[in-house]
Amino acid sequence: MKDAVYRSHVLVCTGTGCSSAGADSLQVELEDQIAQHDLTDEIKVIETGCHGFCEKGPIVVVYPEGVFYCEVGKKDIAELVEEHLLKGRVLEDLLYREPVTEEQIPSYHDIDFYKKQQRIVLANCGKIDPENIDEYIANNGYEAAGIALTKMDPGEVISEVKNSGLRGRGGGGFPTGNKWEFAYNTKSDKKYIVCNADEGDPGAFMDRSILEGDPHRIIEGMLIGAYAIGADEGYIYIRAEYPLAIKRLEKALSQAREYGFLGSDIFGSGFDFELHIKKGAGAFVCGEETALMASIEGKRGMPSPRPPYPAQKGLWDKPTNINNVETFANIPYIIYKGAESFNSIGTENSTGTKVFALTGKIKNTGLLEVPMGTTLREVIFDIGGGLTGDNEFKAVQTGGPSGGCIPAGYLDLEIDYDSLLEVGSMMGSGGMVVMDEDTCMVDVARFFLDFTQSESCGKCTPCREGTKRMLEVLERICGGKGASGDIELLEELGNHIKDTSLCGLGQSAPNPILSTINYFREEYEAHIEDKYCPAGVCPELAGAYMIDEEGCVACGQCARACPVDAVSVQDNEIYVIDEDLCISCGACEEACPVDAVTQG
Amino acid sequence: MSEISLTIDGEQVKVPEGTTVLSAARKLGIEIPTLCYHPDLTRHGACRVCEVEDVAHNRSLASCVTPVIEGMEISTRSRRARKARRRNVSLLLANHPNDCLGCDRSGTCELQEIAHDLSIRTREIEKYEGETRDITPDKTGPALKREPNKCILCGRCVRICEEVQGVSALQFSNRGFDSIVTTAFDLPQSEINCANCGQCATVCPVGAIVEKNEIYHVWQALEADDKHVVVQTAPSIQATLGEEFGMEPGTVVTGKMVTALRKLGFDRVFSTEFTADLTIMEEGYEFLARLEGNEKLPHITSCCPGWVKFAEHNYPDLLNHLSSAKSPQQMFSALAKSYYPDLTGIKPEKIYTVSIMPCTAKKFEKDRAGINGGPLKDTDAVLTTRELALMIKEIGIDLNHLPEDEYDELLGKSTGAGTIFGTTGGVTEAAVRTVKEKLTGEPLERLELGFVGVQDKEIEIGDRTIKVAIVSGLGNTGELLKDVREGTSEYDFIEVMACPHGCVGGGGQPLPVDKEKKDRRAEGLGSIDQAKTIRKSHENPMIKKVYEDYLEEPLSRRAHRLLHTEYRRRPKN
Amino acid sequence: MKSLEELKELREQVQKDMKTRSEKKMPEIIIGMGTCGISAGAREIMKTVIEETEKRSLDVKISQTGCIGMCEKEPLMDVKLPGKERVTYGELKANDVKKIIAKHVINGTVVDELAIARLEE
Repeated sequence: MKDAVYRSHVLVCTGTGCSSAGADSLQVELEDQIAQHDLTDEIKVIETGCHGFCEKGPIVVVYPEGVFYCEVGKKDIAELVEEHLLKGRVLEDLLYREPVTEEQIPSYHDIDFYKKQQRIVLANCGKIDPENIDEYIANNGYEAAGIALTKMDPGEVISEVKNSGLRGRGGGGFPTGNKWEFAYNTKSDKKYIVCNADEGDPGAFMDRSILEGDPHRIIEGMLIGAYAIGADEGYIYIRAEYPLAIKRLEKALSQAREYGFLGSDIFGSGFDFELHIKKGAGAFVCGEETALMASIEGKRGMPSPRPPYPAQKGLWDKPTNINNVETFANIPYIIYKGAESFNSIGTENSTGTKVFALTGKIKNTGLLEVPMGTTLREVIFDIGGGLTGDNEFKAVQTGGPSGGCIPAGYLDLEIDYDSLLEVGSMMGSGGMVVMDEDTCMVDVARFFLDFTQSESCGKCTPCREGTKRMLEVLERICGGKGASGDIELLEELGNHIKDTSLCGLGQSAPNPILSTINYFREEYEAHIEDKYCPAGVCPELAGAYMIDEEGCVACGQCARACPVDAVSVQDNEIYVIDEDLCISCGACEEACPVDAVTQG
Repeated sequence: MSEISLTIDGEQVKVPEGTTVLSAARKLGIEIPTLCYHPDLTRHGACRVCEVEDVAHNRSLASCVTPVIEGMEISTRSRRARKARRRNVSLLLANHPNDCLGCDRSGTCELQEIAHDLSIRTREIEKYEGETRDITPDKTGPALKREPNKCILCGRCVRICEEVQGVSALQFSNRGFDSIVTTAFDLPQSEINCANCGQCATVCPVGAIVEKNEIYHVWQALEADDKHVVVQTAPSIQATLGEEFGMEPGTVVTGKMVTALRKLGFDRVFSTEFTADLTIMEEGYEFLARLEGNEKLPHITSCCPGWVKFAEHNYPDLLNHLSSAKSPQQMFSALAKSYYPDLTGIKPEKIYTVSIMPCTAKKFEKDRAGINGGPLKDTDAVLTTRELALMIKEIGIDLNHLPEDEYDELLGKSTGAGTIFGTTGGVTEAAVRTVKEKLTGEPLERLELGFVGVQDKEIEIGDRTIKVAIVSGLGNTGELLKDVREGTSEYDFIEVMACPHGCVGGGGQPLPVDKEKKDRRAEGLGSIDQAKTIRKSHENPMIKKVYEDYLEEPLSRRAHRLLHTEYRRRPKN
Repeated sequence: MKSLEELKELREQVQKDMKTRSEKKMPEIIIGMGTCGISAGAREIMKTVIEETEKRSLDVKISQTGCIGMCEKEPLMDVKLPGKERVTYGELKANDVKKIIAKHVINGTVVDELAIARLEE
C-alpha cells in the first residue's frame, strides 16, 4: 500500500463522547465534502480516540497547524472544507477558547455574596468534611476545649464568655456568660447542659447547616460550657426532621468519644462529660426551654412558668443550662481567640456575628454570616443581590413567626438585638424573609399567625383562644368580610396576648400582626373599607379584570381562556368581562396577545 | 428563709421567699380569681385569670405561679390587671357552650362564679365570637361523663389523675385551638385504665367531667307503687352532706339526713356501716387465716372499688393478696335482696336498693361482672353525696331546719368501727380492733393514724407483731406494691383507699374541696366513732344476729356466695 | 485525649497528612452534601462523580462538606488540584460533572461558565 503524502490530516474524534455528539455523521460529511472539492488525495481524515474534552465535542483537529475545533456540527463541515482546507482560513467561531485558570475565577472574598460576610460560626461549613474529625482538628478544632479544660478554671471560662458579650443566638439575646454563671452558682450533685437544636422558624435553617457542616464545633462548645457550669452530662435536642444532621452528629459523637473528647478525664483534666442526642418530634413550642426539657423527660412539650429557671431547677429538677446551636458554635472561637477578638466585632451591645437565613423575594437566597451592626440594606442588596425581578422592596420580616415586618424606611437600620426590638421586630433565630410590592402584608400577617396559632401548645388561654380569634379576624379581612373595628380588635387582642401569655411563643405571636398594622395600616384599611387588596394577593379581594375597548382586537383568546365563562363578545367587536362572574384568576390577562386586559 | 417585702394594692406586706403573689395577696384578704390553680396540685399557670400588674417592673403576671420578688408593686386593681382578667375570662367564655342553666354544675361552676363576680357581659364575649369546640360528649363510662366542649383546659383533672392518683387516664392532646383533654388514643371512657375514682370530677371547675347522674332512676323507683325502696348511706356522708347546705365541713348530720331520706319517700333507711361491720367480720377472719399461714401475706383490703380496678389494671399479679370480701355497699345490697326479704316477707324483685355513696367508683362497682349474689341486681342505683343533695333541694327541704331521726333497725345498727370506714386508716383500725380481740381477748387503743399518703404502724398482738400500712391516693401505692410484687414487703396488712384521705375525699363529695376540708370531714367522722357505745364490729348485736339467723359464721358457704367476689386481670393501657 | 500537647501533635500529624496528600498530586473533589445540596440534587452529583472517576480510573479523593451558604446555587462541587486553589462550581447537573472532570480534574482547566468562586485556603 502506497504511503501517500497528504497536505493535511483532519483528525475526527470518535471517542464515545464525540460519537454520541454526532461525530460519526461528521466524518461521513467531511469525506463527502472533501470528495466534492476533489481533495481526497490531499487531505486524509483520521479517526482518533478521546481528547478528554468530550464536553466540547465533536472535536476536529486540523494538522499540520494543529487547529483545534470544538463543538463542530455537520452544518459547519462545508464551511470548514471551503474555508480552511481549501483557502487556508481558520474558522474563528469554532476555535477552542483560551483555557481559563483558577486565577481568572473571582475569589470568594471578591464575590458580592461573601464580600461583606465574616464567618466565625460558619468558618468550616462548606469547607471541611463534617464526617471526618481530623479535618476539624486540622483547623484548630478542640484546641479551645483543651485550653479551657487544662489552663482555665470554670470561673475564668465564664468570665471570658461574659467579657465577649455573647448573647443567646436562639432569639432571646440573653447574655450567655450570665446564664452560665447562674447555672455555675447553683449547687447540685448533678447538672446538665443542653443544646437547643429544635430549629422551628419557617425559613430558618442555620442550626441545621451548622450541625450538618461542622458538628464538632457544637460538641466542643458544649464541652466548654459543661466544664464551665460543672455539668457531666448533656443533651442535644434536635428535631427528627433533620435526619442528616442527626447522622452527622452521631458520627461526630462517636469520633469524639474515640478520640477522648468525650468520656472521662478529658485532656487529663479529671473532667468527665457525656453527650446524648434526643430527637424531638418537631413541635415548634419545644424550642421554648421549659417545653424542651419536658420533652427530653418524655413528657408533652408544654412550657412551664418561670421561675424556677432551668439554671435553678431544670432537667429532672437539676440545674440545667440551655443554649442554642449557634451560641455554642461561637464558644470555641471566644476561648481560642479571646473575648477581645470577639467583642471587637459587631456593635457595643451585640457583639460578634449573626447568621441569617435569607429567603423570600431575593436573588441570592441562602445562609450568611455578618457582623452585628451590618445594615439591612447591605444584607438584602449587597449580599442578597437585591430582589428577584428587580421588584421594589416593601418589607423584610425578621425573627421568624415571632418577629415583625420592617418597612423600607428602616433599610439602613444596623441590625442588632436592640435595634430590631425598637422597630417592633426581633432577632429571633435569624430568619429573614424579603417581601416585594407583590406581597400583601395582611396576608403575611395571616400566614405567620396561622403558623403560631396551630403550633401553640394550647396551655394558656390567651395564646390558645386569643391567637385563634386574631386569626379568624385576619381571615375575615383577607376574605373581604372585614368590618370597621377589626383593626382595633386585632390590636387589643394582640397586646393582650403579648401581655398575658405564659411563654415566649404567645408573648411574641402577635408581633407580625402588630408590626404590619403599625407600618402598613393603610393596607388593612384598603382590605376592610375598600374591599381591595393592593398587592392583588387575597383572592376574594383581587379586583375583577377589565378589557380595554380601544386595545381589544376581538381575537377571543380571553374568552377561550376564561374558566368560568365570564367573558363574552358584544356586537362581534369587543369582548367584555362580567364582573360578577369573574374570579380574578388572571387567565384572560395571560391569554391576551395585545395586553388589553387589566385588573381593576 | 428570708423575707421579701412588697406592696399589694398599696399595702406593705412581708412574706417568706418563694411565696406566690397570689398567696401574699390572699394573706392581705385580697381576693384574686383563679381557675387552673388548685391548692392540692402543682402550679400550672395556664388560665391566666389571676393576672395582676407589677407596676414596678411594668409587667402583667399570673399571680398563682409568680413568686414574690423584693420591691414588687402589685396592683390587682389597675386597668391593665382588670382588663387582662376580663379578657381571659371572656376568651374562655367565647369557646364555651354557656348553656349554664342546663348544666350539671350550674351553681357550683367556678367559671360561672367568676363570670358573675367580674360581671362579664354578653357583648364582651360576643366580641371574641368565632369557631367553638365541637366534640361529642363521652357517656360510655360506667361512672363518669366527659363533655369536652365545656372544658377550659385548666388541666386540674390531668394533674390530679397523674400527680395524685398515678393513673394518667387523661392527658392533653393536639395543639393550639384544637387542644383537648382526652384519653390515650381518644379511647372511650369505658375502655381505659380509669379507676372511676372521680377525683377529676372533684377538681373540674366546670361541668366537663361529672358523675353519671342516676337521680332520674331513683325518683322513678320512689314514685312506683310496687317498689319497696331501701336506701343505705355510706359512713362518710353524715360528715359531708351538710356542706351542700352551707354547713361547716365535718358537721355531723346523721339524724337530719335520715329525716330527709324519709321525706324523699324511701321505705327504709339503713346504714352501710352495718355491712362495714360485716366486712370486718369476713375480712378479719380472712386475715386471720392468712396470718395462720393459709394464704399469702400481706393481706390487702378490697372495699374500695377504685383501688380494685386500679389493681386489676396495674397489679394483676397481686390480685390474690386482695381480700375476696365484697365492699360494704355490695354486702348490704346482697343481704337486702336475700336476708331482708326472708325477714320481712317482701319479695326480692320488689325491692329497689339505693346507696348514697361518697364515691363515683361505686357506680361502676354495682355493675361489675359477678358482683351479684343472686339473679337480681344487688344494687339498683348509686347516688353521690352531691346527687342526694340535689334531690333534697328539689323537694324544697333545707337540711339545716330538719329534726333528727334514727336509722331503721335490722340493717341500720352499726358500730364506731363501721363509721370510720369513711376515712383513711379506718378500715385497718376497725379490722385490728376485731382481730386483736379475737386473737388475744385484749381491747385496742385508737391507732391515731394520719390521713395523708402512706402511714405504717406496728401492733403487738399477743406474742406477734403485726405490721400494717395504710395508703390513700392511688399515686402513693407504687413503692408499697413494688415491694409486695418483689416479695420483699414487710407488711402483714395493707389498706388502700383510692382517694386521698379516703372516702371523705371521695369523688362524689361536695364541691369545691381541698385538703383542709377533708381533714375536717375526717375529724367529724372520728367524733361519731368516739360517741358510739359499741365500737367493735363483732360486738354489733345485729351482726351477731345475722350470723345466727342466716350466715352461720364468717367465711361460711352462704357467706362466700353472698359476701365474697372475684377479680380479673385488665389491660394496663 | 490526655493532654493539650497530645491534641497539638495530632493536629500537626493530620495537617501533614493532608499536605502529603496534596503533594502526592491527588486531586480532590468535594461535594456540598448539606440538606440544601442534597435536595437540589447533590446525591446525583456524587453518584456521577464516582461513576465518572471509576470509568476513567482516576486517582481522586472524593469527599463531602456541609452548606456554605449559597443555597441558591446548590448543588455545589469544589475541585482542588494539587498546589492550586479550590474552585467552587454551582447549579450543577450530572452532565456538568462530566465536563468538569474531563476539563478541570484531568486537564487542569477551569470550566469558567460553571465556576462561581475560588476558595483561598
